[in-house]
Amino acid sequence: MSTIEYTSRPVPQILVHEVHKPRHSRQWLDWVTTTDHKRIGIMYMVLTFVFFTLGGVEALLMRSQLSVPNNTLVSGLVYNELLTMHGTTMIFLFVVPVMAGFGNYFVPLMIGARDMAFPRLNALSFWLLLLGGIVFYASIFWHPPEAGWWSYPPLSSKLYSPGGGQDAWIFLIHLTGLSSLVGAVNFYVTIVNMRAPGMTWGRVPLFIWSILIYAVLLIIALPVIAAAVTMLLTDRNFGTNWFNPTDHGSPVLWENLFWFFGHPEVYIMILPGFGIISEILPVFARKPIFGYKAIAASTIVIAFLSTLVWAHHLFTAPMPLVVLGFFMLSSFLIGIPTGVKIFNWTATLWRGSLVMTAAMMWAIGFIVLFLIGGITGIFLATFPVDWQLNDTYFVVAHFHYVLVGGAVFTIIAGTYYWYPKMTGRLCNETLGKWSFWVTFIGFNLTFFVQHALGLSGMPRRIYTYQEHMGWSTYNFISSVGAFIMAAGFVMSFYNFARSYKTGKLAGPDPWKANTLEWFTTSPPPVNNFDAVPRIRSVEPMRDIRLEVEAQTGALQKTGGSEQFSRV
Amino acid sequence: MALFFPLAAGIFFASAQTASARCCTLKTGASPNATAIATLYDIILGLGVSVFLIVFGFIAYSVWKFRASKHPVAAQFHGNTRLELSLTAAATMILVVIAAATFIALPTIIDPPNSNANVGSVLSASLTAPVPPNGKEVTICVMGRQYIWRFTYGANCNKTAWQDRLPYSYQEMEAPAGEVVKLVIQSSDVIHSWWIPALGGKVDAVPGFTTYTWFEALHSHELYHGQCAQLCGREHAFMTALVNVVTPAQYEAWLSQQGTAIQSQNDQVAQVRRYLVKQGILTPSGNF
Repeated sequence: MSTIEYTSRPVPQILVHEVHKPRHSRQWLDWVTTTDHKRIGIMYMVLTFVFFTLGGVEALLMRSQLSVPNNTLVSGLVYNELLTMHGTTMIFLFVVPVMAGFGNYFVPLMIGARDMAFPRLNALSFWLLLLGGIVFYASIFWHPPEAGWWSYPPLSSKLYSPGGGQDAWIFLIHLTGLSSLVGAVNFYVTIVNMRAPGMTWGRVPLFIWSILIYAVLLIIALPVIAAAVTMLLTDRNFGTNWFNPTDHGSPVLWENLFWFFGHPEVYIMILPGFGIISEILPVFARKPIFGYKAIAASTIVIAFLSTLVWAHHLFTAPMPLVVLGFFMLSSFLIGIPTGVKIFNWTATLWRGSLVMTAAMMWAIGFIVLFLIGGITGIFLATFPVDWQLNDTYFVVAHFHYVLVGGAVFTIIAGTYYWYPKMTGRLCNETLGKWSFWVTFIGFNLTFFVQHALGLSGMPRRIYTYQEHMGWSTYNFISSVGAFIMAAGFVMSFYNFARSYKTGKLAGPDPWKANTLEWFTTSPPPVNNFDAVPRIRSVEPMRDIRLEVEAQTGALQKTGGSEQFSRV
Repeated sequence: MALFFPLAAGIFFASAQTASARCCTLKTGASPNATAIATLYDIILGLGVSVFLIVFGFIAYSVWKFRASKHPVAAQFHGNTRLELSLTAAATMILVVIAAATFIALPTIIDPPNSNANVGSVLSASLTAPVPPNGKEVTICVMGRQYIWRFTYGANCNKTAWQDRLPYSYQEMEAPAGEVVKLVIQSSDVIHSWWIPALGGKVDAVPGFTTYTWFEALHSHELYHGQCAQLCGREHAFMTALVNVVTPAQYEAWLSQQGTAIQSQNDQVAQVRRYLVKQGILTPSGNF
């Protein structure tokens, strides 16, 4: 289909196509040296899914160890290493960078740009991430870190963690932090400067809003953790005493610095997921998103408040009562914009015409699980209740509802939704739905019972427990659930791998979607757009489709999935 | 608000109690602070479950009612500002209720009640942290270290325990029933977290800081279990604690017995040391 005819005004034509023959013999070199945001995006996603698998295996080992009381599968040392690797991997090497992967691929496409603002910096971001992952995982051949992803001193000091793994962890934070920081600046500049003509702030897709705020939060939070781990590094190796209590240093200083980064980090992980959901729901509900402005505004409010709630991680630390009260109230406040989002998503479904694709099922599953995670967050924000629940399995359940039921479900939903655009082929829908149900059931088996474990007094991070504590049944259920959940994720991974060769051809716009990335072929050409259409609403692709229908009188059939027809 | 609190508590307490007590609620009845926290938890549980059921109900109804095969034409609307604002206000109101409940329950949780019985010389009137109005309380110091808890009994136990020859014990704490017990919590190495679920919330033991909490065990002849709640190293899982609640009389008897036992052990060690110094194996300052 010709794209030129439907642009409303002439734009500078930059028709860049391959002028030299592709070097088929050295295709890998093209990937290594690429500055194309789409290739970088795909490399991000493949790499982060590899880390997701590693982190998942670590989780399964921990669940195996805890499946029965007094288990000796792993020692206390190995268990601590596993929990450190699992947390660090999932946060720094999976959820945060996979969102950068989605952002890389889709930010330029959705705003009608031909690439990111700084393509070579973009490549640098990716390679720094890979380096960080290598530095970190290389430590398994020596001494993996064992002080947890939060690495509270003095446990993470040279005295109590003499191994080099802790330094590898510090190095990982620096490398991935630099990667994310460079990427964040790139996203910010791209979104602010390179939007298509007519794409005012009120017409920016909600995923773009979320990536913009993700970038701003990264720029706010990352320098703090970079400073903190540098202080830890000098404490460990160069004789400073920032956090050393025997020389007037303060472990509580680390706790504050860490969580000043750590809580915005939570929203760095979940906000892009919110954006993905805000794109998927209107497409498959066949109606406009409910309350566009409220969703965009709530993203900004959440980001602002997220920098003011960090000490709710420290309710049991030495803190004055007035501080506890302040952070309880600020944490409550953040529940309001989050509630606004859930309300708007639910209202988007209301009186729609719901096409239950795999992407839609993962998206609706997300709303339900995130709702539970949000409600349990209110328990933990109430500081006297937190005195009982902090550092128990209740917290483990809470943040896995937010980060797995929340972030990871949005990642899988987004992958099902955008897979046709990235590969040109559709995934197997039936397998995608099976994968959803298996994961959903496995997830709830794993984590719902952990609320009960926490309430009955089981602390986190213990590598074994005694039978008389009465935790055996719930732990066994949780471990069985973990394997069911893993099977569900494997089904989706298999689906993604197999559909690359065998999936039905998708065509440019298989879902009849709303945003500009569907204006291109699937996968998009190197230059994305020969001509950038003028944007007249928040649903430019729908405008184009309706205009074509009005001019030609023919219902637009796009791609290979007419079953998802739209009235 | 004073009227609202018991009303709301009554409604939600009832609904929370119908849920199986073993899965979904916190431990109650052993100490007033733990019981107050559990009540606060029940209020939030009642509100949380209600919110979940309403929102989940809407989602489930939408998925069933508005699926494409049954509802082929989607209504095209972009929002409803009045509805948006009212629901935001409703969410705010729920949080205001929880905040109010918290601040109403707070004094019961952080301020110890009066305790009347005297427990010998270990009574102290501390100026620093939880003190009952009449100033009578038992002080026990809790010192965390990898991977055991040490308890020192008596006033100034974190200052002059050695000079005062205060009795101490490891792993199992003895506590008198019906008395306010003030805990002075410290750590000698890494961060630990003191926690006996039945006797109230946890308090971190951070090296370089002193933190406080209290409990009032209501029933004697009870053994309460807890364990360190902050990752403190490889054997974190085995850093357990027991609180053995006895009558005040038994408590005093135990204290003097423990004191005597420690004294006799110390005497024996001193005797051995004198012998070793005399033999020239040990220098007078205690070095080999």
